[in-house]
Amino acid sequence: MSTANRETPSPTAGRAGMKKELPEQFKDYRHVWVFIELERGQVHPVSFELLGEGRKLADKLGVELAAVVLGPPGEATWHAVAEAFAYGADLAYVIEDPLLAHYRNEPFTRAMTDLLNTYKPEILLLGATTLGRDLAGSVATTLLTGLTADCTALDVDADGSLAATRPTFGGSLLCTIYTLNYRPQMATVRPRVMAMPQRVDKPVGRVIQHKLAMAEEDVVTKILGFLPDNQSAKANLAYANVVVAGGLGLGAVENLQLVKNLARAIGAEYGCSRPLVQKGWMPADRQIGQTGKTIRPKLYIAVGISGAIQHRVGVEGADLIVAINTDPNAPIFDFAHLGIVIDAIRFLPALTEAFTRRLSPHNRDKLAS
Amino acid sequence: MHIVVCIKQVPDSAQIRVHPVTNTIMRQGVPTIINPYDLFALEEALRLRDAHGGEVTVLTMGPPMAEDALRKALTYGADRAVLLTDRYFAGSDTLATSFALSQAIAKVGETFGMPDIVFTGKQTIDGDTAQVGPGIAKRLDLLQLTYVAKIASIDLDAHEITVERRSEGGMQMLKSRLPCLITMLEGTNEIRRGSLDDALRAARSQIVKWSAADAGIEDLTKCGLRGSPTVVKRVFAPTSRAEKAAQIDTTDKSLRDLADDLIAAIFTRQPALEQELAVDGGA
Ligand SMILES: Cc1cc2nc3c(=O)[nH]c(=O)nc-3n(C[C@H](O)[C@H](O)[C@H](O)COP(=O)(O)OP(=O)(O)OC[C@H]3O[C@@H](n4cnc5c(N)ncnc54)[C@H](O)[C@@H]3O)c2cc1C
Ligand SMILES: Nc1ncnc2c1ncn2[C@@H]1O[C@H](COP(=O)(O)O)[C@@H](O)[C@H]1O
Repeated sequence: MSTANRETPSPTAGRAGMKKELPEQFKDYRHVWVFIELERGQVHPVSFELLGEGRKLADKLGVELAAVVLGPPGEATWHAVAEAFAYGADLAYVIEDPLLAHYRNEPFTRAMTDLLNTYKPEILLLGATTLGRDLAGSVATTLLTGLTADCTALDVDADGSLAATRPTFGGSLLCTIYTLNYRPQMATVRPRVMAMPQRVDKPVGRVIQHKLAMAEEDVVTKILGFLPDNQSAKANLAYANVVVAGGLGLGAVENLQLVKNLARAIGAEYGCSRPLVQKGWMPADRQIGQTGKTIRPKLYIAVGISGAIQHRVGVEGADLIVAINTDPNAPIFDFAHLGIVIDAIRFLPALTEAFTRRLSPHNRDKLAS
Repeated sequence: MHIVVCIKQVPDSAQIRVHPVTNTIMRQGVPTIINPYDLFALEEALRLRDAHGGEVTVLTMGPPMAEDALRKALTYGADRAVLLTDRYFAGSDTLATSFALSQAIAKVGETFGMPDIVFTGKQTIDGDTAQVGPGIAKRLDLLQLTYVAKIASIDLDAHEITVERRSEGGMQMLKSRLPCLITMLEGTNEIRRGSLDDALRAARSQIVKWSAADAGIEDLTKCGLRGSPTVVKRVFAPTSRAEKAAQIDTTDKSLRDLADDLIAAIFTRQPALEQELAVDGGA
C-alpha cells in the first residue's frame, strides 16, 4: 500500500495528539517479537514476511528481533527456530510441549501471555491467518493492550511508537493507529502483504526456553480430528508467481474457460473478482482482494476487472499488473503498469495462442542457446 | 437453550464514497445494513433454537438508530432484541467494544437466563478486525471457537459441543464445552426469509434499551475512547500511482499482432519472466 500525500485529521486526532507519558510499569518493555506460526511441521510463510518487517522495525529502534516458536517437542520445532534465524531473528523464545502440537486457543494463549509477561517486548507481530487472529484477540484482551488488525504498513515514529496503517471503510481510506500507553503494541498482517525477506543461512542464535504451565487436563477443548484440504483442488493463489483473474467483464460463466486456458498456457494460477464468487461462478478461495486473497505475483493479468479499491488492495504488491478492459477510463488503468483496451472475449484466445507460440519447446530451445 | 447473537449495524460499504477534496467519508444517504457476516451467526442460532428449543436474543452496541438492525433481526425470527446505547460508548475500539458487550451479555444472562452459546460474526465490514468475538470470550471466560464452519452436535445435558473449525490448511474437528463463544464462518448457511408472524411480532416488539448504567457498567473508564488503548492518528486516501498504465496501441492491428505486442511489452518490463514461463507453462 502506498503512503499518504493528502491527509485530514481524524475525528479522534485531538485526543490522540495528547500523548501521555508511558506508564511506569511499561517502561522496561523492549524488543520486537514475531510469532512463528508452526502447523503440522510447516512454518507459515507469513511468519518470514513478518520477520523481514520486524527486522526493519528493530533496526530503527536499535533493539533485538526475537522469534516466538511454540511447538511440540522434536525436530519440527527446532527446524522452525533455525528458519527464524535464517530469516533474520537475533534470538528465539521457545516453548516445547505436546500441548502445542496442534493449535488450540487455550494452551497457545497461555504460552504466549506467559512469555509476554515474563520477557516484556514492546512490539508483537502475528500473521492475520485464522490461527493468528484467533490467538491475537485472546492475547490482547488478556493483557488489555491495543491490537491493530490486518495492517498494510508498519513503521516506528520519531518517539519510538509503532505506527500501524490499515485500510478502513471498506478499503476506501487508510488509517494509522497507535497504541500509545499500553505494551506490548500488537499488530497482525495478512499473508503476502509484506515482501519475503532474503533467506541467509546462519548458525542458530540465542535460544531462551520456557515451560508451559499447563497440562492436558487443564485444556477443555479437545481435537477429535483434522481433515486436510484437498491440496490438488485447492488454489495456492497467494503464493503463485503468475496469476490471471477474470471479472464481470467476462459476461458469462462459459467465458471463464478463456481465463483458465490462458492460465494453463503460462503456468499461472487463476482467480477472480468478488462478484464471480457471489454468482457462484468460482469458489471463494479464488477471490482476490480485500475480502479474498492478497497476491504478490511477478505478473498479474486482470481480465474484465474494473479495479475497485477492494480489488486493488489485494493486487498492488504485484511486480507487473496488466489490464485487459474495454473501458479506457476503468480505474484499473490507474494502477496497472500495462493496459490494452479491447474486448477480452475476442482477445484472450489470440493472447493464449501467442503465448503458447512464444513459449513453445522449439522457441524455448532457441532462447536457451 | 438460550443463545445470544451479537450483530452490528454497518454502513453498506458498497455505497460508501470518499469526498474527493476533503478526503472524508460521505455518510449522508448511505444505507445501513446488518453486517453480512453476522447473518450467518444469526441463522445458525435460529436453527439451533428450532432444533433444541429455547430463545435467541440479538444484541447490538450502537447509536439509537441501530434499533433498525435489531428489528430486522426480529423479522428473521429472533425472540428478543437488546440495544446497548450510550454516549460513553462512542469511539470504542475492539477492546472497549468487547468490554461493553461482555458486560451487556452478563446482564442479559442475569435478566433472561444464562446463555449456552454466544455467537458473533467472523468479522465486520467496517471494523474488519475479527477481534471482538475473541475479546468477548476472554472477558466472559467462555471457551472460544472461531471460524466455525459447522456445528456437528450439541449435547445440552452433558454441556458438550462438537464443531468443525476452519484452520490453516484444513478443518479441525473440535469437542468443547458449553457455554462457549462461536464466531461463524461465512457461506455456511443462508439467512431465512422470516415468516409473516415474525414480521408482525417484530413490528409490535419492544426493544430492550440499556444505557451503560442499565447494563450494570460501573467503570466508565473502560468504555469508549477512554477505554480504547488504540488511537487513530491519521486518516488518508491511498495515493494513486504517478503514471497511468502504458497502453498498447490497438489501431489497425490484427488480434495476433496485438497479442504479440502485449507479450513483448510484458517481457521487456520483466525479462526474467520469459524463462520462468517457458519452464512452467508453454508445454
Ligand atoms: C466490503 C466489500 C468488500 C469487497 N471485497 C472485494 C474483494 O475482495 N475483491 C473484489 O474483487 N471485489 C471486492 N468487492 C467488490 C468491489 O467493490 C467491486 O464491486 C468488484 O471488484 C467489481 O468486480 P468486477 O471488476 O469484476 O466488475 P465490474 O466493476 O462490473 O467491472 C467489469 C469490468 O469489465 C469491463 N468489461 C466489460 N466487458 C468487457 C469485455 N468484453 N472485455 C474486457 N473488459 C470488459 C468493464 O469495462 C468493467 O471495467 C468488495 C466490496 C465490498 C463492499
Ligand atoms: N458494536 C457491536 N455490537 C454488537 N456486536 C458487535 C459490535 N461490533 C462487533 N460485533 C460483533 O463482533 C464481530 C467481529 O467484529 P470485528 O472485530 O469488528 O470484525 C461482528 O461480526 C459482530 O458479531
